[in-house]
Amino acid sequence: MSSLQEMKIATDGQNRPKTPIYLDYQATTPTDPRVVEAMLPYFTTHFGNPHSRNHSYGWEAEQAVEKARAQVASIIGADEKEIIFTSGATESNNLALKGVAHFYKGRKNHLITVVTEHKCVLDSCRHLELEGFEITYLPVQQNGLIDLEKLKAAIRPDTCIVSVMAVNNEIGVIQPLAEIGKICRERKVYFHTDAAQAVGKIPLNVDEMNIDMMSISGHKIYGPKGIGALYVRRKPRVRLEALIHGGGQERGMRSGTLPTPLCVGLGEACAIAQREMGAEAERLKGLRDRFYKKIKEQLPEVYLNGDLDSRIPGNLNLSFAYVEGEGLMMGIKDLAVSSGSACTSASLEPSYVLRALGVEEELAHTSLRVGLGRFTTEQDVDYAVEHIVQAVQRLRAMSPLWEMAQEGIDIKSIQWAEH
Amino acid sequence: MSNAIYMDANATTPPSAAALAALEAAARVTGNPSSVHGFGRAARGVVDRARVQVAQLVGAKAENVIFVAGGTEANNLALASRGARPLIVSGIEHESVLKPAQAAGARIVRIRRNGQVDLDDLAAALREAGRPAFVSIMLANNETGVIQPVREAAKLVHAAGGLLHCDASQTPGRIALDMSALGADFLSMSAHKMGGVLGVGALVLKNDLAIAPMLIGGGQERYRRAGTENVPAIAAFGAAAEEARTLAHASRLAALRDRLEARLAELGIEALGKDAPRLPNTACVAVAGKSSETLVMALDLAGYAISAGSACSSGKVKPSPVALAMGYGEEIAKSSIRISLGWWNNEAEIDGLVARLADMTGRKVHTLPGMQPAA
Repeated sequence: MSSLQEMKIATDGQNRPKTPIYLDYQATTPTDPRVVEAMLPYFTTHFGNPHSRNHSYGWEAEQAVEKARAQVASIIGADEKEIIFTSGATESNNLALKGVAHFYKGRKNHLITVVTEHKCVLDSCRHLELEGFEITYLPVQQNGLIDLEKLKAAIRPDTCIVSVMAVNNEIGVIQPLAEIGKICRERKVYFHTDAAQAVGKIPLNVDEMNIDMMSISGHKIYGPKGIGALYVRRKPRVRLEALIHGGGQERGMRSGTLPTPLCVGLGEACAIAQREMGAEAERLKGLRDRFYKKIKEQLPEVYLNGDLDSRIPGNLNLSFAYVEGEGLMMGIKDLAVSSGSACTSASLEPSYVLRALGVEEELAHTSLRVGLGRFTTEQDVDYAVEHIVQAVQRLRAMSPLWEMAQEGIDIKSIQWAEH
Repeated sequence: MSNAIYMDANATTPPSAAALAALEAAARVTGNPSSVHGFGRAARGVVDRARVQVAQLVGAKAENVIFVAGGTEANNLALASRGARPLIVSGIEHESVLKPAQAAGARIVRIRRNGQVDLDDLAAALREAGRPAFVSIMLANNETGVIQPVREAAKLVHAAGGLLHCDASQTPGRIALDMSALGADFLSMSAHKMGGVLGVGALVLKNDLAIAPMLIGGGQERYRRAGTENVPAIAAFGAAAEEARTLAHASRLAALRDRLEARLAELGIEALGKDAPRLPNTACVAVAGKSSETLVMALDLAGYAISAGSACSSGKVKPSPVALAMGYGEEIAKSSIRISLGWWNNEAEIDGLVARLADMTGRKVHTLPGMQPAA
């Protein structure tokens, strides 16, 4: 059982939830107890190496892995033969981009991606640039979505692959996958999407959306850490060069002993998400809207980053004007929220995603990413809103800038003395 | 559900009780170790603690432990970090070393009849290279259990200005493991071969050597291996490492293995590499006139899970590349089976296996003093 469930039990019959409240579902999610249940026997009784072909321990493990593979395939409308297990979405993204680029090197040396992609996509692209590939980094509009005309214009005869994330990890916006897929298919370039934040949150279908490769993460969808998958289309076939070589597992595309319990966990997480996605999305949208409405009712000068409509239900990204970012985080210590992606959260740099939307530096510094998920309750939301409102009001009461703004002075028109 | 007697520890081991307990405790910690809030810091704490435990097992500094997805990735990452150095590997390395080495046109060092790498040939290879090389020699072979003269190899490699990588996947908990004593600059480990769980391993560096990362984006593991840390599996790895340091099972395993080999010798079945120092748990034996495939299948039906070689290549009917590298002919190489024991095995199981093998080979089992009746 995860600590979150224990917390829920601890709060039964009480008026307020036990703190801190976890509101960082885009960083990681607790493993669903049903997933843990499914995994446990494969740590203990069925512990075999799934590649041992000479005894029943191996066969049992292999069977479990193949069942999981089918479960992963099912949630995205793929064939199980198109699923490669990896150690996580970071590996999937590295494998997809470097793997395809290396395979087609010399023939097709151009890749297209987006400035708001996850670090591991951007870093893979930078790495490929050093190897001589050319990368086009598409900008995003103010709402966080790409401009399809700009995508069309960027595609060249030597373009190999377009990589656009399905859902942004910071602002939760959903890119127009079907439209992107259609353009890519027409122009005969591969379409890869990092769907780490999308699987189980929104309906995805690789055929309907013309997706050729898709990265999937376990721990973002209530599955275990240390496991992910890469969907690789077989018809028309996408060819790629492996990153990790050895025993030739996963059709030679990814060597290494498959971690049976983790594969089972990812499979179960997908199966649960596939069954419950509709109801869960509706519930989370209710909570999200409640959160946003209550904040707006009580606080002026709050800005939502990213499109509200084309957005997963479990995400809000808000900037609070006239407060100082660090002070805000200190003021809401009872809430586990983040100011950006977990991978870059230790850095004091403002989020590159928000900067790409054109959010001013001051506002980017005071943004909060609120991630709601399967175990978030209405009580959690109300408590969080109350604390954020209090903290913002307190900080603003101490802020001379806020005072001036209240008096109608346009801060931007002030000529600051140089020190 | 399988109730066969498991004697394939070199393919994978079940997690130890301590590893399972650590796994379950860590699974309760919700949080991404990169997150700065309390949930994240708690997860970070779990990873940091395990990093110290793994470092202590091999006598390294904690900051030089890089957690990866397993032994295969660790080996790949080591080889990828060789820079412009020419690559030299032994002929009995695991496929996760051999495959990238072959692709890179590496010089393959010969193996002696006893299963150990030929140090004269290594010295020749280092001379041929003409410049500092990157050498990869495993600590103990996965099929024969033969312990390689890594310390001596390291001296040769270092004298030539090179770096030594050592795949130690099969050794934790079975023999003592100290990076400085071995002289290894890089050391690979796999958690699921030592009582940890699948899905995690480590590449350990002797010093703060430069690494050419394979997975990038996110800055985890000090920019040497990106991706959210596999927190529960890492916790289990740490617990298993702490247990492995004690070598608590090593002498009992050696006694079981010696009993097995003594009784098989009476049947005329000899172990490969028995004249070399070996892991205490591994017996690789050739049963003349029987194909290894037939034997492992028959033994599975009889309730004994063993293998015909490494798990990665098992199932394919081909002679053992390790036996071939030792200079054995096809007949021996096609009839060798690997029995690898773990802490869960006992004498009665050994005797039962010997009796089954005697039945299959039509040979008579002699009764040893103190022997349990064969099951």
